[in-house]
Amino acid sequence: MSAGEIRVAINSDQDIVIARQKGRAMAAELGFSSGDATLIATAISELARNIVSYARKGSITLKSIQGSSRVGILVLAEDDGPGILDIRQALRDGFSTSGSLGLGLPGVRRLMDDFEITSQPGQGTTVVVKKWRQ
Amino acid sequence: MEVPILKQGAFLIATFQAALSDADLNHLRMGLVQQVVKFRSRAVIVDVTAMDVMDSFASRTLREIAHMIRLRGAETVIVGIQPEVAFAMVQLGLTLEGVATALDLEEGLAYLNEKFRTAN
Repeated sequence: MSAGEIRVAINSDQDIVIARQKGRAMAAELGFSSGDATLIATAISELARNIVSYARKGSITLKSIQGSSRVGILVLAEDDGPGILDIRQALRDGFSTSGSLGLGLPGVRRLMDDFEITSQPGQGTTVVVKKWRQ
Repeated sequence: MEVPILKQGAFLIATFQAALSDADLNHLRMGLVQQVVKFRSRAVIVDVTAMDVMDSFASRTLREIAHMIRLRGAETVIVGIQPEVAFAMVQLGLTLEGVATALDLEEGLAYLNEKFRTAN
């Protein structure tokens, strides 16, 4: 169980597919059920899509993590884009500034176990999500 | 990645692959509507059995495809959404409102055959 760490540069919509495939592969390697691997891959897809839509480029980093008695996967989504002015608003269902996506962040929060976001206008956005193996 | 579109009588069958990018989906959206016009198709079956992730963009594109095809006077049936994908879609809050769905290709064809038989 040494899946380690994988970083995927996100520069185009094609990279969204690569990131979620690598995420699914790592989840499978860590022993996640196929259903949970689907949730993880879907969350990665949404996070990578936010990067492409709002920041144009950034990265997704996947890490295996070890809790006290459990194994998990951590997904770190980083960009240097415009940042989010009102995070609380961005976490409400139905909110979107691009007019097309909108479900991204609150949906990702429901798909995963832990969710953290930091963002400053003009400084980019960092989202860290974790899922623990059942 | 090219999505194969098969003509089956009055219906078209589009089979989605696992690793479709946004650009592929956009390309397919236009392609499908053009084919519906070209072949005067009554309905389109979109088979997503191979899709392992249905995120917000993919489901929005499917809804748009269905709406465009409806404006053309034809019907869309989405078939083959995998149970795990359905679960993830519900968690994410994605819906395919107003779009017919069926278990698999066979059920989708049966649904359309029944529908167009009673319509005639």
